[in-house]
Amino acid sequence: MAEANPQKVFAPWEDPNQAPLIRFEGVTKKFGTFTAVDNLNLDIYRGEFFALLGPSGCGKTTLMRMLAGFEDPTMGNIWLDDVDVAPIPPNKRPVNMMFQSYALFPHLTVWDNIAFGLKRSDMPQEQIGDRVQAMLRLTRLEQFAKRKPHQISGGQRQRVALARSLAKAPKLLLLDEPLGALDKKLRQETQFELMDIQEKTGTTFVIVTHDQEEAMTVATRVAVMDHGKLVQVATPAGIYETPNSVYVADFIGEVNIIEGAAAPMGDGKVDIAFAEGVEPIHATIGEPVTAGQKVFFAIRPEKIHVGREPDPTRANRIRGKVHDIAYLGNISTYRVELETGQMISAQMTNARRLSRRDFTWEDEVWLSWTDTAGVVLTR
Amino acid sequence: MNRRMSWFNVTSLTLGFAFLYLPMLILIIYSFNSSKLVTVWAGFSTKWYGELLHNQQFLDAAWVTLRVGVMSSTAATVLGTMAAYVMVRGGRFFGRTLFSGMIYAPLVMPEVITGLSLLLLFIAIGLDRGIFTIVLAHTTFSMCYVSVVVSSRLMTFDRSLEEAALDLGCSPFDAFKSVTLPIITPAVISGWLLAFTLSLDDLVIASFASGPSSTTLPIKIFSAVRLGVSPEINALSTIMIGIVATGVITTSLISKNAIRRQRQEELEGTKQ
Repeated sequence: MAEANPQKVFAPWEDPNQAPLIRFEGVTKKFGTFTAVDNLNLDIYRGEFFALLGPSGCGKTTLMRMLAGFEDPTMGNIWLDDVDVAPIPPNKRPVNMMFQSYALFPHLTVWDNIAFGLKRSDMPQEQIGDRVQAMLRLTRLEQFAKRKPHQISGGQRQRVALARSLAKAPKLLLLDEPLGALDKKLRQETQFELMDIQEKTGTTFVIVTHDQEEAMTVATRVAVMDHGKLVQVATPAGIYETPNSVYVADFIGEVNIIEGAAAPMGDGKVDIAFAEGVEPIHATIGEPVTAGQKVFFAIRPEKIHVGREPDPTRANRIRGKVHDIAYLGNISTYRVELETGQMISAQMTNARRLSRRDFTWEDEVWLSWTDTAGVVLTR
Repeated sequence: MNRRMSWFNVTSLTLGFAFLYLPMLILIIYSFNSSKLVTVWAGFSTKWYGELLHNQQFLDAAWVTLRVGVMSSTAATVLGTMAAYVMVRGGRFFGRTLFSGMIYAPLVMPEVITGLSLLLLFIAIGLDRGIFTIVLAHTTFSMCYVSVVVSSRLMTFDRSLEEAALDLGCSPFDAFKSVTLPIITPAVISGWLLAFTLSLDDLVIASFASGPSSTTLPIKIFSAVRLGVSPEINALSTIMIGIVATGVITTSLISKNAIRRQRQEELEGTKQ
């Protein structure tokens, strides 16, 4: 795909001629009266690193377990490479899973753990050793081959689990919160390792996570789920910059949500009246709105400029008082109270040293942003 | 915490242990008595242990007991493990509560009733009483102990290990054999030892199920004592206490070790 034209971005979901590797077709899963997955349609393409993101109980794990074969859909079909997987038991599916708890076999060595699946495949005995060795090399575990899982660190265990699930070269690898048990620094390192391995092996990865940062870092596309439904499926940038609902905007990163009444100004512009006696917010619309319709204006803190004076080059200028400052080293987040009582978060990078910091508590400041900095949402 | 125990604790401990173990202690001491009279101490001797080796009746009974013990505890372990697996892993099936209740019922059932009902069954189906019927009877009542031990281990067993095995291409039976069984082995061995000890001990059920050619040691001792306690029986009982104690201690050591190792693995699991 990318070889022919190095300029071309990997985006099979935009190509109508591409057949998806996985297709969910009206899939519903009920546990008693509880609906875990609700009439869901989704296509995942070959070579993708696809993230299922959502709070616990949103159905993302159930979706993954249906792919692995541990749960059967109550309704609907799942197609894997144009084959309906419903009648195929987990041990016959060309899918492997990396478990949240890693599920390493404690009575077997690292080597035997990785070889476990291969010994049960039709791979000839003499090739198994080479394959295990290749997997050990890929995950940099060569010197731990003879150890038992409890004799290695958490990060190493995570890599054994990855090596074991990749050993059989599955068409699809499922990762259930693969980095949940690691501390933050190790998690970030491992994220890049995962991406690297995904690229090297060319395997399609589907990752389940509740960590939005993780999903944004590793994924080609992110599906945000809530109550068994997909709320939005888009690239990380798409999810962040153009969320389709308040739920998605709020779930991914920090955001200011201002509720108001829309007044379309034509030419794709809209004014949002959010408080009595204050100039409305000038914004650009993504979807058509009617006059007086209740809308939500969502803007990320880093899109708002904080200054002593209003910035005349930006369409929106509003006055407030610094209520709180969170100094994070590279950036500072200012919580600014508007005259109308609303709290707005704004972020500025600390390009200068601390001693030259401009504002402090109770200072009067001007918040400015352009008319394209935020998004107008109707739900 | 205060490292020294208060006099109250020391007293209750002493009294409690005396109550539990003084009778056995006396029995053990008198098994080394050189006098033929059980109640008169006449000096240390191991001659009754020597006599025991020449008493063919006791040796026969011991051999029967041993065979019954090994066979019944093995059968009970296989059946009990299977029952425990179904109970813990079977999910919700129709009659599950009834089934689990019925597995555990023999734990509280009076032995006389178990023995009597088995006797009636053997007569009804025309089974000649002998070693085989004792094995059946012992399997019946010790199986539930095995299933209690094994199911408590299975409850703490990480289900995803089995799912991982399935995911990597195991059939459900292969997953049980190559993943579940090796991990629960300590519990299975504990169960076996427990069943063996119970079988060794049992008098009531064995006397219902045994025939003329198949007298177990407890039956033999019981009938011998009715003719008068001899130092030989003290010696025999001491040996039995030794075997049972070894069994029980081994069982608890195995399970304690397994628990400790598991804790250690979990502890190391949380470390990075």
